[in-house]
Amino acid sequence: MNGDWAYWLREHKGTLLAFAAFVVMFTIYAANHPMGLNANVATTAANKGVLLAIVAMAQTLVVLTSGIDLSVGMVMVLANCLASSIAVGSPLATGLGVAGVLLTGCVCGAVNGLIVIYGRLQPIVTTIATGAVYYGIALALRPVPGGDVNAALADALTGQLPGGVPASLAVLLILVAVVWLPFRRSAIGRAAYALGSSEIAAYMSGVPIRRAKFVAYTLSGLLASMAGLFLTFITYTGEASAANGGAYTLYSIAAVVLGGVSLFGGSGSAIGAIFGALMFRTIGDLLFVFNVEPLWQPLFQGLVLLAAVCLGSVRLLRIRNRLDLYG
Amino acid sequence: MVGNVLGKIRRRIDPAIAWAFGCIVLVLLIGSLYSSSFLSPEYLLQQLKVASFLGVIATGAMIVILLGQIDLSVPWVVAVGGMMATAATGWGPVGEILAIPVGIGCGIALGLVSGAGVAFLRIPSMVVTLAVNAVAQGLMVVHTGGFSPQDASSPAMRVIATGQSLLGIPNALLVWTAVGIAAVFLLTRTTFGRTVYAIGNRERAAYLSGARTRLIVMAAFALSGALSAFGGVLLAGYASKAAQAMGDPYLLPAIAAVVLGGTSILGGRGSYLGTVAGVILITLLQSILSVMQMEEFGRHVTYGVVIIAMLLIYGRGKRYSE
Repeated sequence: MNGDWAYWLREHKGTLLAFAAFVVMFTIYAANHPMGLNANVATTAANKGVLLAIVAMAQTLVVLTSGIDLSVGMVMVLANCLASSIAVGSPLATGLGVAGVLLTGCVCGAVNGLIVIYGRLQPIVTTIATGAVYYGIALALRPVPGGDVNAALADALTGQLPGGVPASLAVLLILVAVVWLPFRRSAIGRAAYALGSSEIAAYMSGVPIRRAKFVAYTLSGLLASMAGLFLTFITYTGEASAANGGAYTLYSIAAVVLGGVSLFGGSGSAIGAIFGALMFRTIGDLLFVFNVEPLWQPLFQGLVLLAAVCLGSVRLLRIRNRLDLYG
Repeated sequence: MVGNVLGKIRRRIDPAIAWAFGCIVLVLLIGSLYSSSFLSPEYLLQQLKVASFLGVIATGAMIVILLGQIDLSVPWVVAVGGMMATAATGWGPVGEILAIPVGIGCGIALGLVSGAGVAFLRIPSMVVTLAVNAVAQGLMVVHTGGFSPQDASSPAMRVIATGQSLLGIPNALLVWTAVGIAAVFLLTRTTFGRTVYAIGNRERAAYLSGARTRLIVMAAFALSGALSAFGGVLLAGYASKAAQAMGDPYLLPAIAAVVLGGTSILGGRGSYLGTVAGVILITLLQSILSVMQMEEFGRHVTYGVVIIAMLLIYGRGKRYSE
């Protein structure tokens, strides 16, 4: 039993560290907020954090297979533009619209997956190119910002539950329960971890590599489109913004790393990435609370990010054999 | 006899480079069906001039990709190069002389930070360059106060970016040629270059063979930073001032150009001639799509589809069974 605990701790070290760091940072933030931690402050913070957390989950699924998805931000933007056109009107129309947006996300992810699996192209190059295509489609849907979304649904998902709990946190919990946990516990999820740590060994052991990759990329597209949907619920409009797409892609990588997911694949979890995303957002909020001059905020955010990724190198101190440094 | 020689030639030419040059010809042919001016020397020289900026930046990206790493800090290192060079111009006569070295020097400094992170702290290059990009952005926001910088570029910057020398050859093209020749020499004729390829193939083996891998990695990232910043200096000279997001449109095209030119994104394999082909191809593609007055969304879609299609033709990885 003792051994189990030690193993569990070691396996989830990254996630736990991210969780602890987030709790510390958020406590400092809440304690120093001029208005205190009231429901409105929490809801605004939660909405921003959950949006990035969903994109980070999408990125995690692909990173676990030792790939990288540079199109997540663009899929999000595409979903945002699509949702602002079709997720509006009567409840039935909205429902169909939401389904359409999610289906589009799945298709985008599946296309990425198919090109990587059957085209045998590197994920990084593939998703750069498909990202351009998805952005082009988003631009075709919405040449100028605008559109609308079902306000009742948007308010329900971005507002507060009875008791003042931000509804977005419930959304995030449901996503974890419906998408991440089933994936993590399924044979396909195991296969994704296996191929992430050694693709050739997984292939030799008869692990269904292709199916695992396909599912990982498709679910990643699905989650990215959910983020786009959520963005629409927050902003009530659709905008084909390349800057937004690029920024969310880069932030998602940062969140994944802060959350203890290895970019080499095969270790980490989406839960860690979620806390990484929340932590990344809290850094920005902390700078605001401490009255750092707005001009200096981007620099501090960059320096904190640089320091955080350098902290990961503490593990080097434990390496005895220098050869272990070179993979 | 003839067949023997042909076979020899065929074996020496990398199929990827042949394909890339073939695609350039194809793009030009398609363009000339639309308008005969696509084949005019003026148009082609103009395109080569525009390609020079991407070419200089892609040279740095290529060196890092040959290591098996990637440099995502291109956008803001380009901006740092342009902004610091114009800021130096604002200091007065001494600053005007120092403008270009100052811009490049800042790029080297940022490259060294990325390089140290990769070589000594063993952080994945994708992450550390991302962080350096964020720091560079923060520095420039503080430096400019969030506004577009007002300083103009120095006369020397304008001359190398927009001037023409004899026979009407744009100076920018000459600059790219010089950078290219230096890069080819560095990659194929020096210990540094051979070690870059060796590290890209297997870093462990390179280390065990006595190569000073850490220094080489640092140097490669410093070089990439220098070339990105130099690209920024050229761009600032071209537009006669620097701007906040001036580097954003260069990250993905630079990587795409290197990969389309047959350099493996996993490192260790690729030649500069391919990168030249990739840069020209990307520039022509962007130019022709905009001359054809295709809507912006169509340009993005075509651009992405063409890259995927070309890589599917010649850039595919190995099967598991190989």
